[in-house]
Amino acid sequence: MQRQLAHQIWYDMVLARLFEQAAAEQYAQGRIAGFLHLYPGEEAVAVGTLRAADTGDYVVSTYREHVHALVWGITPEAVMAELFGKATGCSGGYGGSMHLFDAGRRFLGGYAIVGETFPVAIGVGYWLRLTGAPDAVLCYFGDGAANQGTFHESLNMAALWKLPVLFVCENNHYQIGTEIHRHTAVPEIHRHGTAYGIPGRRVDGMDVVAVYEATRMALEHVRAGNGPYLLECETYRYRGHSMADPGAYRSALEVAELRARDPIDGFRERVLHEGWLEQAELEQAEREARAAVEAAVAFAEESLEPTNLEQDVYVQPLDLYDGTKA
Amino acid sequence: MKRAHNDRAGLVGVSRPAPVLQVWQALNIAHDEVMARDESVFILGEDVGLYGGSYRVTQGLFAKYGEWRVRDTPISENSFTGLGVGAALVGGRPIVEIMTINFALLALDAIINMAAKLRYMSGGQFKVPLVVRSPGGVARQLAAQHSQRLEHTLMNVPGLRIVAPATPQDAYWQLKQAVACDDPVIVLEHELLYFTEGPFDPGADPPPMHAAAVRRRGRDISLIAWHRMVDVCLEAARELEADGIDAEVVDLRSLRPIDLPLLLESVSRTHRALVVEEDCRFAGAGAEIAATLNEAGFFELEAPVQRVAGRDVPTPYNARLEAASIPDAAAVVRAVRGLLGPREK
Ligand SMILES: Cc1ncc(C[n+]2csc(CCOP(=O)(O)OP(=O)(O)O)c2C)c(N)n1
Ligand SMILES: [Mg+2]
Repeated sequence: MQRQLAHQIWYDMVLARLFEQAAAEQYAQGRIAGFLHLYPGEEAVAVGTLRAADTGDYVVSTYREHVHALVWGITPEAVMAELFGKATGCSGGYGGSMHLFDAGRRFLGGYAIVGETFPVAIGVGYWLRLTGAPDAVLCYFGDGAANQGTFHESLNMAALWKLPVLFVCENNHYQIGTEIHRHTAVPEIHRHGTAYGIPGRRVDGMDVVAVYEATRMALEHVRAGNGPYLLECETYRYRGHSMADPGAYRSALEVAELRARDPIDGFRERVLHEGWLEQAELEQAEREARAAVEAAVAFAEESLEPTNLEQDVYVQPLDLYDGTKA
Repeated sequence: MKRAHNDRAGLVGVSRPAPVLQVWQALNIAHDEVMARDESVFILGEDVGLYGGSYRVTQGLFAKYGEWRVRDTPISENSFTGLGVGAALVGGRPIVEIMTINFALLALDAIINMAAKLRYMSGGQFKVPLVVRSPGGVARQLAAQHSQRLEHTLMNVPGLRIVAPATPQDAYWQLKQAVACDDPVIVLEHELLYFTEGPFDPGADPPPMHAAAVRRRGRDISLIAWHRMVDVCLEAARELEADGIDAEVVDLRSLRPIDLPLLLESVSRTHRALVVEEDCRFAGAGAEIAATLNEAGFFELEAPVQRVAGRDVPTPYNARLEAASIPDAAAVVRAVRGLLGPREK
């Protein structure tokens, strides 16, 4: 792996972890509200896949998407400000944690209804095929989303019309409190593509290098006009499903076992072992990431709130009787 | 104002007076025109392509524009409507045909959770120029699962626009306006209107997409309706003439927004109004229209706005019961007489 890429990945992973820790703290202090779904433990998935993609590609993600947004280039300031509900947030304070958007960067959300990423992604893929564009779509979904009708409907259409979509399953083994063997008859999610003739594979989602390499291969397949690919990343989330979840359905031992395979620790060892980076470089990147998160929190705190309740419901505003005018 | 339209052989002649067309033909011409003019427009839905559409609306377009722009889909309403949303986010102007509005219940996530909200949730970064067309209403003995009307469900959703053309001319105008609109537009069509005729002049200037239209001027009461109920009201108005009652008939044409200025102008002349809707009475679209008029038009009204609506039952298969489940001219006449009280001739 090139030094530069290794450095980028290391920075992304550390930033991701620190950003989410800061978000949890700010939530505890009441500055962030609503549903907040955090990503610690799963960093290698977003980082490995998105660093293997091209900047012209489109990203469609779920409500657990802070890290996808960060890796895709939305600034920590804009993401944190969105969590704070501020006008400087990447959705202007109108979306919140679960609805991050950046049209210019082709970051298309941010969907809080489980299973919505599939139709959006095939819609973009359809448009790419219709217009002959070379780009691809990365479509994220959880293991729980694989039982939604849209998964099967969209896989079928993606395969039927050979749409350039990479489906990335973030299999963290839980659908809130229901473990995968209790919610899915065939828990090898990548095999679900076979019903539609979609190739797929499972990769260790705690190993960012493996995820990166698997994504490169998968995207090559997609870009070559072969149609969709289904990449299943086996991973684990350390925290509860959201801040509202105390996590009583799993044992401390289970969490501890998975923490022992931490993707950031693993990548540090690998980087040092291979000689891609020096210890001092890792520490320097970590300091930079910490500073970036602190700056993001300060920026979010200082930013103003949005004030216009009715803007952007429509492109051309619509005149409805509101009970006061006549 | 009139142009020659002999370039669409077979459908539109050049002879005067204005030609008469059926609703499906007007929609067909509108689709052809928008697709010819704008390459970002594409159609998708079940049997819209090779088969030509269940009501022939997309007939001939598959051959002309090819499968990528006229796409036959599998039976996956939520996902192919959501596909339209995704494409609209990145530059497409999709027209999604949902075979009937009953099946749109399976696509409500794409319509309500996605199309209607993405612009707002993203802080205005995206527009969603999506058109969803779908026929609905009570047709001929299609039974409960194929006879619904969903106006009320969709009217309550910020982010959507809803039009309901009843004539070939409006179908042509409003479909074109819907495609040109940068917001998601639901085009509700009525199954019994596709093969009805009306004058058609493609060169005439259209009113705004949401404008209502007065179909019959009258002094004594405003009958407010849309889709098939407009004809029912016109028939009732003719019967009421015998009683010396002069009814005005307003075709709403749009359900979100409703053309409140026109309605207020109408009741400022008639001082009475009756909303006539095919859908069930309880919590229906008519309730919103009546309530709005009662609030905003209070000082013009001599009586509260009343409603004639469908009965609160699933639509039965039996023909007599089916007919009894929705308003007819006689029901409108009765309601008008009740509202106006005994009249000296
Ligand atoms: C259609 C729908 N049903 C239920 C929910 C509530 N819900 C939110 S997240 C979630 C679990 C999803 O699990 P998974 O897809 O594995 O994603 P993860 O949260 O593990 O990343 C559920 C049931 C929802 N948001 N949308
Ligand atoms: Mg999960």
